[in-house]
Amino acid sequence: MVSNTHVSRAPAPYSNPYLAGIGLGLVLLAAFVFVGRGLGASGGVSAVVASGLHAIAPEHAHRLEWLSGRLAGDASPLEEWLVFEGMGVVLGALLSGLLARRAMVVIEKGPRVSRRARLLMAFFGGSLMAVGAAFAGGCTSGQALTGGALLNLGSWAFMLMVFAGAYAVATFVKWQWR
Amino acid sequence: MMAPFLKYGVFGSETSLVVAFLLGIGFGFALERAGFGSARKLVSQFYLDDLAVFKVMFTAIVTAMLGVTYLSWIGFLNLSLVYLVPTNLLPQIVGGLVLGAGFVIGGYCPGTALAATATGRVDALIYGAGLYAGTLLFAEAYPLVKGLHTATPMGQTTIPQYFNLPYGLVVFAVVLMALGGFAGAGWVEKKMAARKAAAQAAA
Repeated sequence: MVSNTHVSRAPAPYSNPYLAGIGLGLVLLAAFVFVGRGLGASGGVSAVVASGLHAIAPEHAHRLEWLSGRLAGDASPLEEWLVFEGMGVVLGALLSGLLARRAMVVIEKGPRVSRRARLLMAFFGGSLMAVGAAFAGGCTSGQALTGGALLNLGSWAFMLMVFAGAYAVATFVKWQWR
Repeated sequence: MMAPFLKYGVFGSETSLVVAFLLGIGFGFALERAGFGSARKLVSQFYLDDLAVFKVMFTAIVTAMLGVTYLSWIGFLNLSLVYLVPTNLLPQIVGGLVLGAGFVIGGYCPGTALAATATGRVDALIYGAGLYAGTLLFAEAYPLVKGLHTATPMGQTTIPQYFNLPYGLVVFAVVLMALGGFAGAGWVEKKMAARKAAAQAAA
């Protein structure tokens, strides 16, 4: 342990992963007990896209089969469980980050990659992730975590494939991280 | 049976949005605590020097799974009222592979990107823009991919149901697998740290 006055200003170390995992698991369990569904994230993105597109080109939005279900009925697609959960995620993460002095404007990248290349890769990776989540009917939260805890057959197949896909590609993008 | 509270009318659907917000706060807090607001921390899983993603994920799965199991055994939680996403095996396999690639290329998954954006990560913000672009692309191209997206529908099914195994046995097997995985993860991290130290000593 180093003890000087600068230490208190440095970011705090991350939690023990098993403790953080128990905390995350209890939040997930609370979601099952309170509302009878699990956590999610990518569904919130679809709701925002449906709402945005509906605002710009309403007729076109209704013609898109995959989104049109979200536009049925009178309520805005943003009045959706996952959108409210997502706003909570932002607040909860900010709270934790501020308490641990980890909230700072920064680009996460390895030492060998330019900022521009890293941001392009982030955009590309995000697009791929969205397409994957759309095919699978959920992402790491809605499928892997939630379906994993419920022993959902498709979620377990999905989860194994996520790890397989990531390990298969990792070596080709190592320049970005190491 | 009392739970799920929403399904038994303990509160209404408007209140459930407030509950969603509160659960989200817990979700975001836990993700950031674990270090999942950092892409470098997250992708370390795939370079094997820090397996926190595996440890956190499987601890969370085991915790929630055991909670659900015990609460339904004592008759408190009606598991048949907890929503199960239907299984479509082929699109879920393809989607999982694509999503895994996107994870290590982009550095985040959708939930962690939200947590990372909240704590100032500019790359996570741009990643989020990519999420919107990819979602829009999928929606526009849906006629082309609908065949794959709706292939192999198997309905709502669990591993115990599909393989005709007792629920408790599968729960027990998952717990054993997780414990084995945690021991293995610790061993891999030690090996990688030793290799790194040896490489630095040689340099």
